[in-house]
Amino acid sequence: MWVRAVWLGLRASAGGRRGFSSKADPQGSRRVTAELIEHLERLALVDFGSQEAVARLEKAIAFADRLRAVDTDGVEPMESVLEDRCLYLRSDNVVEGNCAEELLQNSHRVVEEYFVAPPGMCCPKWLNRLSHSKLRMQ
Amino acid sequence: MLGRTLREVSAALKQGQVTPTELCQRCLSLIKKTKFLNAYITVSEEVALKQAAESEKRYKKGHSLGDLDGIPVAVKDNFSTAGIETTCASNMLKGYVPPYNATVVQKLLDQGALLMGKTNLDEFAMGSGSTDGIFGPVKNPWSYSKQYREKRKQKSHGENEDSNWLITGGSSGGSAAAVSAFTCFAALGSDTGGSTRNPAAHCGVVGLKPSYGLVSRHGLIPLVNSMDVPGILTRCVDDAAIVLGILAGHDPKDSTTIQDPVKPFALPTLTDVSKLCIGIPKEYLTPELSSEVQSLWSKAANLFESEGAKVIEVSLPHTSYSIVCYHVLCTSEVASNMARFDGLEYGHRCDIDVSTEAMYAATRREGFNDVVRGRILSGNFFLLKENYENYFVKAQKVRRLIARDFVNVFNSGVDVLLTPTTLSEAIPHTEFIREDNRTRSAQDDLFTQAVNMAGLPAVSVPMALSSQGLPVGLQFIGRAFCDQQLLTVAKWFEKRVQFPVIQLQELMDDCSSIFENEKLASVSLK
Repeated sequence: MWVRAVWLGLRASAGGRRGFSSKADPQGSRRVTAELIEHLERLALVDFGSQEAVARLEKAIAFADRLRAVDTDGVEPMESVLEDRCLYLRSDNVVEGNCAEELLQNSHRVVEEYFVAPPGMCCPKWLNRLSHSKLRMQ
Repeated sequence: MLGRTLREVSAALKQGQVTPTELCQRCLSLIKKTKFLNAYITVSEEVALKQAAESEKRYKKGHSLGDLDGIPVAVKDNFSTAGIETTCASNMLKGYVPPYNATVVQKLLDQGALLMGKTNLDEFAMGSGSTDGIFGPVKNPWSYSKQYREKRKQKSHGENEDSNWLITGGSSGGSAAAVSAFTCFAALGSDTGGSTRNPAAHCGVVGLKPSYGLVSRHGLIPLVNSMDVPGILTRCVDDAAIVLGILAGHDPKDSTTIQDPVKPFALPTLTDVSKLCIGIPKEYLTPELSSEVQSLWSKAANLFESEGAKVIEVSLPHTSYSIVCYHVLCTSEVASNMARFDGLEYGHRCDIDVSTEAMYAATRREGFNDVVRGRILSGNFFLLKENYENYFVKAQKVRRLIARDFVNVFNSGVDVLLTPTTLSEAIPHTEFIREDNRTRSAQDDLFTQAVNMAGLPAVSVPMALSSQGLPVGLQFIGRAFCDQQLLTVAKWFEKRVQFPVIQLQELMDDCSSIFENEKLASVSLK
């Protein structure tokens, strides 16, 4: 993942990451491509870290594929077991709060009453390629 | 005194036979002696003693708060406790001190319970062994029991006694071990796929998973919002009912709690089971089930039948798909729930300052272990636009079919289902770690997770010792919100089977005084 390039120093060459893909599964289930890996890492902001992790994902997918055998025609998805009941909504009254100091104490980097984050959109390769172009289109 | 039930100790406290401070100190001393079990992550000694002193004042004035006043309890480390570190056994939350109490914790404290500490678990409650947290695995107290050791001596000689210790099961293993080793009278666990019932069965204690919506999840660091439930671990069914009575009820801070009024209840003593119908789901008879557990399950069914209950075979046709369905829904919700850990407002934060994305990614890499990361990535896969219908929505549909299976069975006149809780008794750690976390979870959650998908109440009750001298528990599943009926049946069963008390030699040698008091004048129960 590009993050490692920043704080570990680039270990593998650009082609090294392509080692993290899988052979086509003889049963025809999803092949985990390098593209998919990169995509998932970007969405999850969690990296695979090893070939083993990729293998585990493949097993997880193969496992989940067993659901295809179930006939779900005409079945509605179930989101909650309490779907027959009304969700409780509180009345719109302020009953608690004023705890900024307590909450700020848990953060590592704070300035006055702000949580401090590093700047966003700091031009990593993939971000430039994809996100900026999408933003420009909007 | 430590081996008594909640009601007995509560009566003893009221009568002045023991004080909360004495009780607290004995438990603290036992916690220190059983440190090798690694059941506790944080022992809140000062807090507990302070609470004990306050409880003592109340008892002196005759104003005790109730059955839990002055009673030592423990809480799994994924419940927020104000002022006490809450880690979820993860680097991500190491050092995190919540500014508030989870609702269930607050309820216990409001009743005067003494908080002994936070118990160990699998990282973020993901696992079925309590082996995958950053503070190390939890050891099953039964590994050191006389019952187990005697059976082992017959088989092998001169083996290092400690090298082959057994797992507690998970993910609430610390809570189960804490209760099993007498260091507290009740402990809170969490149950998403069996995480309270599984370790309860392996540690020979009662593990209750209440109906979804009965107990507030506010303050329970969430794993799967649609399935998580706070679980209760105790040494007997009556105690579990007492704790449930205190914890149940609508919470304005958790909109998924039902609004029906709930009152604490006393469990009736069932004498006549002739009107009871017990269902035995045939799909739960799998080849992986150990023959010993199978025979105990049979024995239990026969017990009900011989006493006049109607025992019938029922079918839950989608059982074989429930673990797959759970796997998809769980990882998907996890992917969403773990997104909150970005290092900004709380928890671990890495040193990178280049950009937010870099900071988030490195923080999460440093904070989560492989299991958590694996589930996040799997979950994100299932939630991709191109996969959403085929995996996530499909799993939701299968969930409905599974929930419907249960409804159909209960509608046909069955009151309670009887199933095994686990495939076998507790196994040695060395054997457990041969397979990875996901495989183990898929195997071990077999009998327990369908219940979470349907939101039903279930309880694991220890039945008997295996041929190796280890506990085997059986599971009862009830109708939604019929927790009281479920526990009534469980209590009847518990009384009939008379599960033996664990004989912990290490402790008996050092703390004979604890058990000697058992022989003193009996306590009058009012």
